[in-house]
Amino acid sequence: MATVSSQTRWQIAVIYAVLLSLMCLMVVPLLWTILTSFKYNVDVTLGWIPPRWTFDNYTGVVEAFAFARYYVNSLFIASTVTAVQVSTSALAAYAFARLQFRGRDVIFLGYLATMMIPADVLMIPQFVLMKKIPDWLNVFSSTDFFSGFLFFGDQYIGHPVGLDSYFALIAPGCFSAYGTFMLRQFLLGVSREIEESAYIDGCSTWGVFWHVVLPLAKPALGALAIFTFLGNWRSFVWPLIMTDSDSMMVLPVGLAKLSDLYNNDYGLICAGSVLMLIPMIIVFVLCQRWFISGIQLGAVKG
Amino acid sequence: MKRQGRAAIFFLLPNLLGFAIFTLGPVLVAAGMSLYRYQLATGTPSFVGLDNFADLLWFDSVDGDWQARDPYFWQYLANTLFLMLNIPLSMTCALLLAVLLNREMRGRIVFRTLFFIPHLCSGIAIYMVWTMLLTYEPNVGIINAFLWKLYHVFGITGPDAVALLPGWLTDARWAKPALIIVFVWASAGGFSMILYLAGLQNIPPELYEAADIDGANGWMKLRYITIPQLAPTTFFILVTSVIGGLQGGFEAAYIMTGGGPGGSTTTISYYIYTQAYQQLEVGYAATISMVLFALIFTATLINWRYGGKRLEAA
Repeated sequence: MATVSSQTRWQIAVIYAVLLSLMCLMVVPLLWTILTSFKYNVDVTLGWIPPRWTFDNYTGVVEAFAFARYYVNSLFIASTVTAVQVSTSALAAYAFARLQFRGRDVIFLGYLATMMIPADVLMIPQFVLMKKIPDWLNVFSSTDFFSGFLFFGDQYIGHPVGLDSYFALIAPGCFSAYGTFMLRQFLLGVSREIEESAYIDGCSTWGVFWHVVLPLAKPALGALAIFTFLGNWRSFVWPLIMTDSDSMMVLPVGLAKLSDLYNNDYGLICAGSVLMLIPMIIVFVLCQRWFISGIQLGAVKG
Repeated sequence: MKRQGRAAIFFLLPNLLGFAIFTLGPVLVAAGMSLYRYQLATGTPSFVGLDNFADLLWFDSVDGDWQARDPYFWQYLANTLFLMLNIPLSMTCALLLAVLLNREMRGRIVFRTLFFIPHLCSGIAIYMVWTMLLTYEPNVGIINAFLWKLYHVFGITGPDAVALLPGWLTDARWAKPALIIVFVWASAGGFSMILYLAGLQNIPPELYEAADIDGANGWMKLRYITIPQLAPTTFFILVTSVIGGLQGGFEAAYIMTGGGPGGSTTTISYYIYTQAYQQLEVGYAATISMVLFALIFTATLINWRYGGKRLEAA
């Protein structure tokens, strides 16, 4: 027995050593970024620790860029897409998993088939659509409403539709075959007994969905919500090609612009990156369990 | 039955409508557009049949030599495949991390969080940071600073050491390896690791107990129990990574290299971006995207054909 425990202790030491060195590889870039964000630009070449600490990069980023606006845009778009996508996916998933109707399997197969279509294929026609929509709509309206600008107080909130509009940034993300598929698979694995007794008690289809199925599907809904939010928070190409004006940009696009305009100002770029990263780490630490179970759920069922 | 049909319409309609407008419609339009020459800013679409496909894929015989009509496409396809070399490396790292983390130990959550961080930030932030880390000048780029120190340890100094420093993002030979390093860093600790952790939980402990009785060492247990038992997980990760890899590389190229030097880091998706949204040649871009679709479709078919068997065997 003594040999076993000493061997285990030795093994644990090795495991910790390997993990710690791998962790260093992960952490070094982050540490460098955080330290550099507190440096004056002339000090960037002078070792790791800032010789003079400064907060200028952070104030600089916030002043030179509509950083607060990027944040609000990213949060608003990601949460709207998440809310709508989870709702429409849950409704459709319930129909596919529980209701009997003609053509169900054919439609569902259609959904499945579209899951392997690359985003690049869909984006080109969507881009053309968003570019052309204002022209088409103005054919029907004498006022130039659809190519006009909107304001909320003194904040510019873009066009109603087409390029540079919240509509373009939100609408295409709201419907997901993957979300529908994942929730359907989850519902298929849930026992029907409670639903059936609810029907016997005189519950309507909607009542069963709202009061029985949704609460049961909470883990899957949470997982889908996290994925959708994270995916949207990180998405780059679509918002990049959809936005022209500064006030409509999301965080990644604004950040890319920052690196484009100030590609030699390392401190500024690092400060921008840190500002983008911190909230996500907080969110992750807070809902880590949901993340992990969500990924596993997505994979096992997918 | 009839009542359920009516209810089904209510439940399906919102999703079906969005699906028709933003998925089904665009796919059909993209397929149609690939048959047109269409410059969005100046022209109206003109039907050219399969000419776009021929221009993209065909080879002409010039003085007995076969020359591609669009040599860029083949170069960029090769780039895309080369950059997918990060997949086996990332998967190996993910497996290693999962095996190491799959036990009750102090700091497990801290480790897991730190390894997951790259998945939380936007790729843009990651690539911006790595652009700075991979800077050639060793007084700024910490990778080359490290190599510089290493050369000194081995007694290489002066001009020799300068000549040996890789120009990570400025030298066509080093740009792809540089991106692969970044991809591995960004993906090793993420979804694959968590999937492997889940897979490890499902391996029956009796297998390891039996191996202990037979006197197997750690390596043998990994080789003959863990890896075969994880085969379904490995296959799942591989397929999703290949499908992702074929459409990948845009953000890294956009931020880090601009597709260069000399087109050495331009992938298919970056090519589509430049054609569709910079040149506004949406017809040709749609053609490239349909070819990409075909590649992914093939990968998925191979998955269906062989994946099922693998899953049953494991």
